[in-house]
Amino acid sequence: MEAAAAMDHHDQHESTGIDHRKLGMWVFLSSEFLFFGALITNYLLYQGQPGFARPYPAEIYDIPFTSFSSFALLMSSLTMVLAHNALARRDQHATRTWLLATAMLGSVFLGGQVFEFTEFISVSGMKLTTNPAASAFYLLTGFHGFHVLLGVLMLLTLYGISRRQGELSEASGLNLELVGLYWHFVDIIWIVIFTVVYLLASAPVGVG
Amino acid sequence: MTTTAERRPTTTIFRRPRSTTGFWSWITTADHKKIGIMYGYAAFIFFLVGGIEALLLRIQLSAADSTFLTAAEYNAAFTMHGTTMVFLFVMPISAAFINYLLPLMIGARDVAFPRMNALSWWIFLFGGIFLYSVLIFSDPAAPAGVEGVPGNLDPADNTILGGMPDGGWFGYQPNAGPFYSPGTAMDFWALGVQFLGLASLISSVNFIVTIFNMRALGMRLLRMPVFVWMSLVVALLLLFSLPIIAIALFMVTFDRQFGSLFFVAEAGGDPILWQHLFWLFGHPEVYILILPAMGIVSEVLPVFSRKPLFGYAAVVIAGAAIAFMGFGVWAHHMFSSGISPVAQAAFALSTMTIAVPTGVKIFNWMGTMWGGRLRFTTSMLFAIGFVAMFVIGGLSGVTHAVVPSDWQQTDTYYIVAHFHYVLFGGAVFGIFSGLYYWFPKITGRLLSERLGKINFWTLFAGFNLTFAPMHWLGLQGMVRRTAYYPPEAGFDFWNLVATVGAFIIAAGVLVFMYNWWRSKKHGEPSGIDPWDARTVEWTIPNPTPEYNFGVSPTITSLDDFWHKKYSSDSEGRPVRRPEAEETLEDLMETGINPPHPIHLPAPSYYPILFAAGIPLVGWGIIFHTSLVGKLLILVGVLVVASAAFGWSMEPLEEPHEEHDEDHSDQPSGSGYSSYGSDA
Repeated sequence: MEAAAAMDHHDQHESTGIDHRKLGMWVFLSSEFLFFGALITNYLLYQGQPGFARPYPAEIYDIPFTSFSSFALLMSSLTMVLAHNALARRDQHATRTWLLATAMLGSVFLGGQVFEFTEFISVSGMKLTTNPAASAFYLLTGFHGFHVLLGVLMLLTLYGISRRQGELSEASGLNLELVGLYWHFVDIIWIVIFTVVYLLASAPVGVG
Repeated sequence: MTTTAERRPTTTIFRRPRSTTGFWSWITTADHKKIGIMYGYAAFIFFLVGGIEALLLRIQLSAADSTFLTAAEYNAAFTMHGTTMVFLFVMPISAAFINYLLPLMIGARDVAFPRMNALSWWIFLFGGIFLYSVLIFSDPAAPAGVEGVPGNLDPADNTILGGMPDGGWFGYQPNAGPFYSPGTAMDFWALGVQFLGLASLISSVNFIVTIFNMRALGMRLLRMPVFVWMSLVVALLLLFSLPIIAIALFMVTFDRQFGSLFFVAEAGGDPILWQHLFWLFGHPEVYILILPAMGIVSEVLPVFSRKPLFGYAAVVIAGAAIAFMGFGVWAHHMFSSGISPVAQAAFALSTMTIAVPTGVKIFNWMGTMWGGRLRFTTSMLFAIGFVAMFVIGGLSGVTHAVVPSDWQQTDTYYIVAHFHYVLFGGAVFGIFSGLYYWFPKITGRLLSERLGKINFWTLFAGFNLTFAPMHWLGLQGMVRRTAYYPPEAGFDFWNLVATVGAFIIAAGVLVFMYNWWRSKKHGEPSGIDPWDARTVEWTIPNPTPEYNFGVSPTITSLDDFWHKKYSSDSEGRPVRRPEAEETLEDLMETGINPPHPIHLPAPSYYPILFAAGIPLVGWGIIFHTSLVGKLLILVGVLVVASAAFGWSMEPLEEPHEEHDEDHSDQPSGSGYSSYGSDA
C-alpha cells in the first residue's frame, strides 16, 4: 500500500494494477465460456440420439472444407498477435496491415460458414427444423459466427480509427489489446467446436 | 487519464448533456447514486404490481370453487407474480443497494464503468416494460403457433389478464412451448427475461471490476464490509449462471419463433433438458436473491448490537461456499421428474451439505447479538425478523433434500410456504432492514421509528398469517398452480386465514410507503452518523454529496470508522475516544468542502439510446413474420449500433482545461481523482 501511495493518482483506482477495461474483458470472457459450454453441451446431448429425422449433422460434414476455414480463423490469431506486436514497436503501418489481415481472415471464416450453411440447407436438406441435433448445430455454430462477426466489426472500426487519426493513440492501443483478447477467445472456442463437434462427431449407430 | 495528451475525434451524434438537476439529469446520468435510486423506485413499483397479482391469487383461493378469476387468469397471475417478484423486484432492488452502497463502502467515487452502469439500468427498465407490454400486444385469442394445432384457450378466457404469460416463472417445456402455449405471451416472457438477464450480466461485470479495482487505499479484501463481499459473490453467481439461462431462453425463442425442435418431444427433443438448464441457473438465482439481504443483515446486526460481526471471516467464507456449492444442487428441483437414483442420491447429499455454510451464518448472526447492547430500531427488528424467518424457511428447505419426503411435497403448498419463508421472510425483510438503515444516506433524514414499528409488526404478523398455514395445507395435499379446490377437501379455513394475512401484508406495505413519503420531507435530520456506524459510507455527509468523498479515505482496519471513534478498555468493552466528536466534525467539513477539485463521469445520452433499441428488436422478433416486425428489428439494430458508435467516440469525462496542468502536483490520496476507464 505504501508503494501505491507513491504512485500518482491515476493508479489509485486500480487496486489490482490491471486496467479496468482489461479486467472487465477477462471477467466478461469467463462468462462467455459458460455461454458456449451450454451450447456445446446441448449439441453433444442431441448428436447421438437415435430415431431423429435424417440427416444428422455428423452425416453431412465436409471436414476438408471446414478444416480450411478453421485454418483461416487460426491464422487470424497469429495476425492479431502480429498487429499487437507491431503496435508495441510503434510501427503504425504494420499494425494497420495486420489488423486488416485479421479482419480479412475472419471474413474468410464467415464466408465459409455462410457457404457451409447454404450447402447443408439446400443440398443436404438439413434445416434448423429438421431435428433437434440440427437445431443444436445451427444455434451453436450460428452464435459462434455472430461472435466472429462482432469481432470483425470491431477490428474494422479499429482500422478505420487508425486510418483517420494517422496513428493509434495510447487509448486505442488498449482497445487493440481488448479486441485481441476477445478475438483469441473466439478462436479458442472454435478449436473446441471444431474438435468436439466436427472431428469427434458421432451419429447414432446404424446411421451415416 | 490525461485529457490534454490525447484529443479524441470529435464525431458525435448528440452534444454532451449538461444538466445536473431536473428530468434530463436523471435520463443522462452516469452517477451510481442516481442510478441506484432509480433502480430502487422502479423495483418498488414492480413490487406493488407483483403484490397486486398476489392479492388476486389470494382472493381467488380464499374460498373453495371460487369464480373470482378464470383458470387462465389465475395461471397468468401466478406466472407474472413469480416473474415480477424475482426479476423485477428482488434482483433490481438488490442492484439498487449495490449500486448506491458498493462504491461508498469501498471508498470509491463511482463504479468502474459508470456509463455501462446506466446502460444496465435502462436495459432493466425497458426489459420490464417490454415484459409487461404483453398486455398491449398479446392477443389472448391468437391461434396456435404451429400449423394444425387448435388454440387451447377457452374463448371465455380471452381477457386481458388471461393474455399474460401463463407458463410459470420456470417456463417448463413443452407446456410453455409453441404447441401448448400458442399466441405470443410466452415469447414476451422468454425475451423479457432474456433482456433482464443481459442487464444483470453487464452489472455483474461492472461490480466485479469495481470491487477488485477501485478499493480505497488500505481496503484489503478482508477489510471489506460483508455487504461488499456478498455483492462480489452475487456478481460472480450472475456471471456464471446467466449465460446458461440465456442459452435456454434462446432455445425457447427459437422453438417458438423459428421452428427449431429443442424441446419438442414429438420430434425427439428433450423437455427435461430445459429443467436442467433452467435450474442450473435457477438455483444459483435463489442465492442471488438472498445473499444481498444476508449482506445487509450482516451490516445492520453489528451496528445495533454495538459489537463487531462475530466471525467475520467465517461469514465471508460461508458466503463464498454457498455460491460455489449453489451450482451443484440444482436437480433437487427435479426429484420427481424421473432422474436416475444415483443423481437423486448425489443431489440429496449436496443439498443437505449446502445447509452447513448457511447454518454457519445463522450462528454468526446470533453470536453477534449475544451479549451485545441491542438497540431495537426498526432496521434491527427487520434484521432479527430475517434471521428468525430464514431459519424456518431454511429448515423446511432441508426437508426437501430427503427424496421420498420431497416426492410427497412436490407441487404442494408446502413448497410455496418454504420459498416464501426464505424469499419474503428472508430477502424482503433484509431489504426493508436496509431501507430503514440507509434511508439517511439518500435523504439526510430518518424514517419515522414510530411508523416503522407499525410497519414491521404488521408485515411480520401478515407474513406469518399468510405463509405459515400453507405448510399444513401443503402437507394435507393442497396442490400449487391450481385455481380451484373442492369444498370437501377442507382447505377453506386456512386459505381464508392466508388471504386475510395477505391483506395485512398489503397494509404494512402501505404504512411503509406513507412513512417514506412523509419522512423524505419531514423526517428528523440524521446528521453524519445517525446509527453510530462502523463502515466508511457513514464518514461522509448525508445526503451523499455528488462526489461521494471530499477526500478519498484510507482504511487501516476492518470496521475502520468504528475504530476511529472507539478504543477498548482492558475487558474489551468499547470506550469512545475523546477526539471522536472532532473527527466527525472534520469529516463533515471535508465532506462538504472538498480541498481539491474532483472530476466526475459526465452524463451521456448513449446508454438510454442503446437500451431503447433492445425492446424494438424484441418486438421485431415476436412479429418477425410481418413487415412491421422486420422493420422493427432493423430500426432496433440501427439504434443500438449508432448508440455504440456515439458512445465509443465520447470520452468518459469532459475535458477540464483549467485543471489539467496541475495533475502531477497532486499528492496521492488527495481529493483529486479521475477515472482510468472509458466505458
